[in-house]
Amino acid sequence: MNTPLSKENNFQYNGAYIGQYGGQFVPQILMPALQQLEKAFEDSLLDADFQQQLNQLLSQYAGRPTPLTECSSFAKTDKVRVFLKREDLLHGGAHKTNQVLAQALLAKRMGKKRIIAETGAGQHGVATALACALLGLDATIYMGAKDIERQAPNVFRMKLMGAKVVAVDNGSGSLKDAINEALRDWAASYDSTHYLLGTAAGPHPFPKMVKTFQKVIGEEAKQQILEQVGQLPDAVIACVGGGSNAIGIFADFINDKDVRLIGVEPAGHGLDSDAHGATLLKGSEGIIHGARTQTLQTTEGQIVESHSVSAGLDYPAVGPEHVHLMKTGRAEYVGITDQEALDAFQELSRTEGIIPALESSHALAYAKKMAITAQRSMNIIVNLSGRGDKDLAHVMELIKHKAVN
Amino acid sequence: MRYQQLFEVKRDNNQLAYIPFVLLGDPTADLSLAIIDKLVESGADGLELGFAFSDPVADGPVIQQASLRPLANQFSVKDGFNEIAAIRAKYPNLPLGLLTYANLVFAQGINEFYKQASQAGLDSVLIADCPVQERALFSGSADNHSIESVFIAPPDANDETLQLIAQNSQGYTYVLSRKGITGTEVAANQASSDFIRKLRDYGSAPLVQGFGISEPEHVYQAAEVGVDGIITGSAIVKLINQHYNKPQDMFDAIGHYAQTMANAAHQAHDKRKEGLINVDSRNNQATAVGYGTAS
Repeated sequence: MNTPLSKENNFQYNGAYIGQYGGQFVPQILMPALQQLEKAFEDSLLDADFQQQLNQLLSQYAGRPTPLTECSSFAKTDKVRVFLKREDLLHGGAHKTNQVLAQALLAKRMGKKRIIAETGAGQHGVATALACALLGLDATIYMGAKDIERQAPNVFRMKLMGAKVVAVDNGSGSLKDAINEALRDWAASYDSTHYLLGTAAGPHPFPKMVKTFQKVIGEEAKQQILEQVGQLPDAVIACVGGGSNAIGIFADFINDKDVRLIGVEPAGHGLDSDAHGATLLKGSEGIIHGARTQTLQTTEGQIVESHSVSAGLDYPAVGPEHVHLMKTGRAEYVGITDQEALDAFQELSRTEGIIPALESSHALAYAKKMAITAQRSMNIIVNLSGRGDKDLAHVMELIKHKAVN
Repeated sequence: MRYQQLFEVKRDNNQLAYIPFVLLGDPTADLSLAIIDKLVESGADGLELGFAFSDPVADGPVIQQASLRPLANQFSVKDGFNEIAAIRAKYPNLPLGLLTYANLVFAQGINEFYKQASQAGLDSVLIADCPVQERALFSGSADNHSIESVFIAPPDANDETLQLIAQNSQGYTYVLSRKGITGTEVAANQASSDFIRKLRDYGSAPLVQGFGISEPEHVYQAAEVGVDGIITGSAIVKLINQHYNKPQDMFDAIGHYAQTMANAAHQAHDKRKEGLINVDSRNNQATAVGYGTAS
């Protein structure tokens, strides 16, 4: 199945595709919007003013660079050192802010005054709301009706910052349906509206664009680990829902073939149960949300609901570049269950005084597993993609019900 | 070939073709077949049939709601092809098109899907989320099994895209009345004559207009600008949504509505000639003099 790592440009986009994945499988009506966005995005990469404006926002507003923190005891053994890339310290509380600021600037550049976005846990919605408040854009956030109930504090945050939150009742009432609804809005409104997609999935140019605007995570981490230990890490670990924080920290290491890239999918109740969100490990190839990628589906091709304790990983598809990285063997993908993630959530809080997001807790749990079985010395970077404040009520409830120790 | 024959006959008779859309297996397999009979009996010149999909991004609330019924009944792609084969057996000359989403084609194996489509007797397949730019993934298999690939021409596509669509859409070209998604919430606009002329100049297959067409007025506007046929989707599906628990009411409502729209399509040019319709293109308003409209 796996094609060998032959050409150096194996990991470059070829038009709308990376390998055979990606593309633009959208209704014809949306093609002009995607073409306009692609052009604006490619132009912005060459525009020094745009880059300077973005860098200024990232450093003076969002708080880049974020630190790389070595764990004092979490997952530490005499062989293993674990370093956390602290995206939890970014303004907004998660890595989402990086690319949202960039896309919001792009929207202004295209003369669009209205932003629509989807959100699951609310993190992308919050990031979108803050960027729109800052840049004077009108924000409408589509959110599954079920998620609105589960994530009340984030809904309030969005509203506080002036965004309009629209409940999506149709379908399963969760993230995938919010994406569908945003696409439907966009099909009628793209003249005046930018769809600010929140992850490295969807039709081209979103996967490439989100990767480009998130790769700052890996670039900083690489420089920081070189400063702190004088060599490249042995492994880089990140959780994968749609895959934006993972591709962001992987991107700058893809050509460093000795660095293992490990994506951690939500195994929910277990990879062999029917309640997980492990699209890469347990899904199959398909076409969803504008891209040829991997998805959770029936043999008939109907998309099924995913499950994860963490709303941000609860998505039945994944960015196309991760499929390519998996099929070429460049990255490995593994699963971590709800329970393992909850354990890591509590352990990092206890040992480091850092409360991680439940999403990031999946990556932490895998780092711990690796450390325990390590046969030789190694340095591991974990992308701590977000902070856990948003998860407190949820985890409290789970602990009360003795789902966790 | 069936499309070509249909549009030749329609042109000779100075009529627009009327092509209603319904979902296969909606509200049930049996009732769905009875609805098809009703549509044909009421003057439908061809049918656009849909597979229900879990994530119909091109569809508005009416078709989204309807899609839940075949999905809940576990009405499969195989069931759908069986239904199409039954319709074909009954109506050997009726043009039959399928409207589906890319993942349903992909999941069967693309070649296998088109093979089944051909065996069932379909004439065309339109994939709602496959723009003409991505046709390569499907078009080879479609051609191998003699299935015509239909593409959608949106009102604001640039010339390059319109040319691509005109060159590649087979059987007919689906002309969009407006932006957005399917549904009757936002009415059709009259297509610009410039847009229609360009598609003709680029050698397009016959033009069939859809999205937001729900009343005879919309049909007269379409006739005015010179398309060859019209599609109504959500308007009929809405009647199924309203009446599916009372089949007789449902058949009556669908029959009455389809007849009204078929008459509008078949008589639009004559009525225009007789001065019975005034189309004010500046306001996109058409009024029929002395002509009853559906609901």
